[in-house]
Amino acid sequence: MEAFTTHTGRAVPLRRSNVDTDQIIPAHWLKKITRDGFEDGLFEAWRKDPEFVTNRPERAGATVLVAGPDFGTGSSREHAVWALQNFGFKTVISSRFADIFRGNSLKNGLLTVVLPQETVEQLWKLTEADPTAEITVDLVDRQVRAQGVVAEFELDDNARWRLLEGLDDISLTLQNEADIATYESGRPTFKPRTIQA
Amino acid sequence: MGRTLAEKVWDDHVVRRAEGEPDLLFIDLHLLHEVTSPQAFEGLRQAGRKVRRLDLTIATEDHNTPTIDIDKPIADPVSRAQLETLRANCAEFGVRLHSLGDVEQGVVHVVGPQLGLTQPGTTVVCGDSHTSTHGAFGALAFGIGTSQVEHVLATQTLPLARPKTMAITVTGALADGVTAKDLILAIIAKIGTGGGQGYILEYRGEAIEKLSMEARMTICNMSIEAGARAGMIAPDRTTFDYLQGRDHAPTGEDWDAAVAYWQTLRTDDDAVFDAEVVIDGATLSPFVTWGTNPGQGAPLSANVPDPASYEDASERHAAEKALEYMGLTAGQPLREIKVDTVFVGSCTNGRIEDLRAVAGIVEGRKVADGVRMLVVPGSVRVALQAVEEGLDKVFKEAGAEWRHAGCSMCLGMNPDQLAPGERSASTSNRNFEGRQGKGGRTHLVSPQVAAATAVLGHLASPADLSDANATAGV
Ligand code: SF4
Repeated sequence: MEAFTTHTGRAVPLRRSNVDTDQIIPAHWLKKITRDGFEDGLFEAWRKDPEFVTNRPERAGATVLVAGPDFGTGSSREHAVWALQNFGFKTVISSRFADIFRGNSLKNGLLTVVLPQETVEQLWKLTEADPTAEITVDLVDRQVRAQGVVAEFELDDNARWRLLEGLDDISLTLQNEADIATYESGRPTFKPRTIQA
Repeated sequence: MGRTLAEKVWDDHVVRRAEGEPDLLFIDLHLLHEVTSPQAFEGLRQAGRKVRRLDLTIATEDHNTPTIDIDKPIADPVSRAQLETLRANCAEFGVRLHSLGDVEQGVVHVVGPQLGLTQPGTTVVCGDSHTSTHGAFGALAFGIGTSQVEHVLATQTLPLARPKTMAITVTGALADGVTAKDLILAIIAKIGTGGGQGYILEYRGEAIEKLSMEARMTICNMSIEAGARAGMIAPDRTTFDYLQGRDHAPTGEDWDAAVAYWQTLRTDDDAVFDAEVVIDGATLSPFVTWGTNPGQGAPLSANVPDPASYEDASERHAAEKALEYMGLTAGQPLREIKVDTVFVGSCTNGRIEDLRAVAGIVEGRKVADGVRMLVVPGSVRVALQAVEEGLDKVFKEAGAEWRHAGCSMCLGMNPDQLAPGERSASTSNRNFEGRQGKGGRTHLVSPQVAAATAVLGHLASPADLSDANATAGV
C-alpha cells in the first residue's frame, strides 16, 4: 500500500449527500479483473453532464474530493476506492462515510477525513469561489488546512500508523500466526465445514 | 455486566487482543463470488500465498450469470471472462465452487443458509455488503472489500475494531398483509441510510420472534441499507428447526453440543446497548420507496412527499434530486404510480416463501397489459422447489417470465436491465440511480406488493385486488 503522510492539492467540491457506490462506479465496471483502469467509470452517469463539477476545466488535476454526508453508502465494492484513486484523488473529505467504504479506502491508502458539516460547507464555499484554492490534509498532525480553515480530524492511532508507514495488513497479521493456530485448535467440532479437509 | 448477542459472538472469535490495536477476529465461513474476488486471488498469487482454510471457504457464481439460455456460452465477453477467472482461481487454489448449471448454484446469500453452512454464533464474511443477511441466524456476518477478501483467504482472520450495538425492538404483531420487507423499509425510513453507521443492529421483540427464517433474512439483508455493519437476530427454535437436517448442519452429539451453545446466544437481561430504537409493529402497513435511496420510503397509502417539507437542507436537496430522477411530482398518490416492470427476486426476496406469496396472489390473474414481470429464484434449489410445487406454471400462466437463478435485475450486471426511464417495482434492496440499468427507476416493494402491482399495473397491495382481476373460470 502507498503511504500517506501529508497532501496538498486543489479540490472538487461535490455538493451531494448519499453518494452511493453505484454512483461512484456503476456495476458494469465491476466485471474487470484488475485494480486499475477504473478512472473513466468514476461518477460515470453524472459525468455525461458537461457541467458536472469534475468536467469543469478548472477542476482538472484536483486531488481532494470534498463531498456531502454519507459518502460511499451501498455496496462493498472496493472498485469505488480504486476508481477514485485511478482518477487522481488522494483524499476524500466528508462529514460521514459508510463503514465498508471507509475501511476499503484506508486499506488502499486513500485517506478519508471526517470533518463537521460546517467545515465541509466552509471548504465548499472556499473552493467554489476560488478553484485554485488548495487544501492540505496532514495525517502527521491530523489536521486539515486551507485558507481560513484549520480543522483537526480523528483517526485512530493504529489506522494512522499503518497509513503513515504504508503497511500491508496481511504481513502484519501473519506475524501472529501462532495465535491463529492456537485459536484454530480450540474450535468446537460442531462448527461447519465446506469440505472435509 | 451482561453482554449483548453481538458482543458474545465477537468475544468468542477473538484470536488476539492488544491495547491500541483492532481485535484479530477468526472467520468461520468465507463466501466468494466472481465480482469481488479476482483481484484478491491475484494478490495471493503475487505474494506466493495459499488459501489458509479451504474447508471454511466456498464460492458461487451469481452476479454476472444469465437467467435465460444458461446452456449457451455467455454472450457478454467481459462477464464471461470474470466467471472464467473465478473458475480458474478456484481450480488453482482448490476452493469449492458451484458454477452455473450446478444444483447448488445461486445468489451467495441464499446458498449459504440453504446448505446449512450459516449457523448461529459463527462469523461469516463475503465480499458483498448483503452478507448481513446471514445475521438472521444469530451469526455475526458482514460485507468486506476485496483487500479484506484477500486477507481472509490468506489468514482466515480480520483485524477489526468492535462496532457499537443498537437494539431495534419491534413491539406488537405485524398486521395481516404486512411483511418483513415492509418492516425493514419502515425501519430504514425512520433511522435513515446513515442511522446504523458504526453499529451492529439486533432486531428483537415480539414481531421479530414470530418471523420465519426467510423473513428474518429479509430484515437482516437490508441492515446495510441503514448503514449498519451487521444485523442480527437471536437464534431460537425457529432457527434450529430450519437448520436441522441440512447438508452441513451438525448431527448426533455435535448437534446437541451445538444447540446447547446456540441457546446461550441471547442478549443478557442486564446488557446495555449503545443505542435503542423502538418501533410499534402493529401500526405498520405496506411500505414502498419513492426516491433513490432505501431511506426514501413511505406507506403505500401516502403521497409522494414535498421536498419543501424537509427541514434539513441536504435532505431537502436529496429529495428534490430524487423526484427529478424518478420523474415524480410532490403530492402524487403513491398508488397511482404506473410501472413497466416487476422484478421478483434477489437475496432480499428470492426465497421459496417469497415465490409462494407471489404465486398465491397472481394465481388465476393476469399480469397487466404492457407490464413485464420477471420471477428470478434466488438459487437453483429454490427453483427446483418452486417447480415441484407448480409455482412456475402459475407464474407463466399469469404472463410472467420464469427465469434461472441469479442476481439478475437486482443490479443488472447480466442482460436483465431496465431501459432508460423505465420504472420498476422490485423486491430487491437498492433503488439507487441506475442500479437496475442506466436511467432506470426503482421502487422497492415486498413480494406481495410486487405481485399486486404486476396485476394492476400501478403500485398496489393485495388488498387492492378485486375478483375482477381474476380470470374467469380459474
Ligand atoms: S441479489 Fe442483489 S444484493 Fe443480493 S448479492 Fe446479488 S446483486 Fe447483491
